[in-house]
Amino acid sequence: MNTVYSVKELNEAYKILSQESVKVIAGGTDLMVFYSSGLSLPKKILDIWQLNELRNINEEGDYLKIGSLCTYTQLINDERVKHFAPCLVSASKTIGAVQIQNRGTLGGNIVNGSPAGDSLPVLAAFDVKLEIGSLNGIRQVPFNSFYTGYRQTVLAENELLLGILLPKQKDREKSEFYKVGTRAAQAISKVVIAFRAIVNAEKKIEFIAIGLGSVAPTVIRATKTETLLNGAEITFDLIEQARVQLSQEIVPIDDIRSTEHYRRVVTGNLIAKFLRVF
Amino acid sequence: MSVQLNINNKDYVVEVAPMKRLLDVLREDIGLTGTKEGCGEGECGACSVFIDGSVVNSCLVPVCQTNGSKITTVEGLSNNELSKLQQAFIDCNAAQCGICIPGMLIAAQALLDLNPNPSRGEIREAIAGNLCRCTGYMKIVDAIEIAATANKG
Repeated sequence: MNTVYSVKELNEAYKILSQESVKVIAGGTDLMVFYSSGLSLPKKILDIWQLNELRNINEEGDYLKIGSLCTYTQLINDERVKHFAPCLVSASKTIGAVQIQNRGTLGGNIVNGSPAGDSLPVLAAFDVKLEIGSLNGIRQVPFNSFYTGYRQTVLAENELLLGILLPKQKDREKSEFYKVGTRAAQAISKVVIAFRAIVNAEKKIEFIAIGLGSVAPTVIRATKTETLLNGAEITFDLIEQARVQLSQEIVPIDDIRSTEHYRRVVTGNLIAKFLRVF
Repeated sequence: MSVQLNINNKDYVVEVAPMKRLLDVLREDIGLTGTKEGCGEGECGACSVFIDGSVVNSCLVPVCQTNGSKITTVEGLSNNELSKLQQAFIDCNAAQCGICIPGMLIAAQALLDLNPNPSRGEIREAIAGNLCRCTGYMKIVDAIEIAATANKG
């Protein structure tokens, strides 16, 4: 028989994490699938679903602070998220369907660490900071250094992800989220991509950030393509160069959902689609 | 562990393993077999139920997370007589094999609770997490649309 600790306060969670080897469960939309498919349950489980203090969304200066237990439904309906991070709303709407959106959490998507996690390219493009807590206090980790490999993170055994700090989208900034999957609902993505850019009236790119999922062992930033584009003027030639650069920069694989070739081509098409908007 | 549940407005206390799926508790411990298991991995929506007013896949919820919650299953949609939504499914011949229908009814009710006058597009989106392998969905969408119209009257 397995032991489940259902905690209601953060300190209780920290104590258990520091004393025992536990698997943390939040909304269960990933873990319960593993266990139903025959994977045995861990001996000790820490159930954090009732930690309501991790369900808050607050404005803190230039940042939006989003608790790790916020569900996708909560993100989709929150006026501040709609205003300051519309891309995160678009991503949340593509995750599962309403039954999953009511239960799946942003923190779960981050810690589960699937390279196909649909919210993750947005978090990469926004350079969010993760707030991680333990009995030793709270530390901040840049999202883009959180993953060390396929489903590997820097989260220590005694730590819990508390939430994210997302820089508010600026007025001049444009962001887009595109998901390529077999259908809009339920499907796990073949390619998922988030763009942020500031482009001036002369079509010069003042700033661009590109986050990608399902095309590498972890979510990635397309730093080479960003370097190519930053400061450049959007022309037909530049769009073609970006298409080639981005499709070469990613490291996709053939798998049950798609092929390496398709992923390279479609990713190139997506950057072209985004740049043509300006 | 001992879990207290209010299911379809009736109180229950069950002694179960904490990680047992809510779906299995409903079917095996409570005896409410209206809620169906399709895929067991959150893809098909056949096991949809309400927990505290939110529609969820009961195959993905460990029962320990529902202690003290109010659950509504398909059996809870009718109160001695069929609801307008259930009657509309019958009138439209929206069920063929029937396995998906309890989940369809719950997902449709979740939509109508939030949006009593949905467009066909909104109806299709609301049941995007519910798979039917018989009907082709048209009659299900028709039924939900008719139930919404009946709400207006």
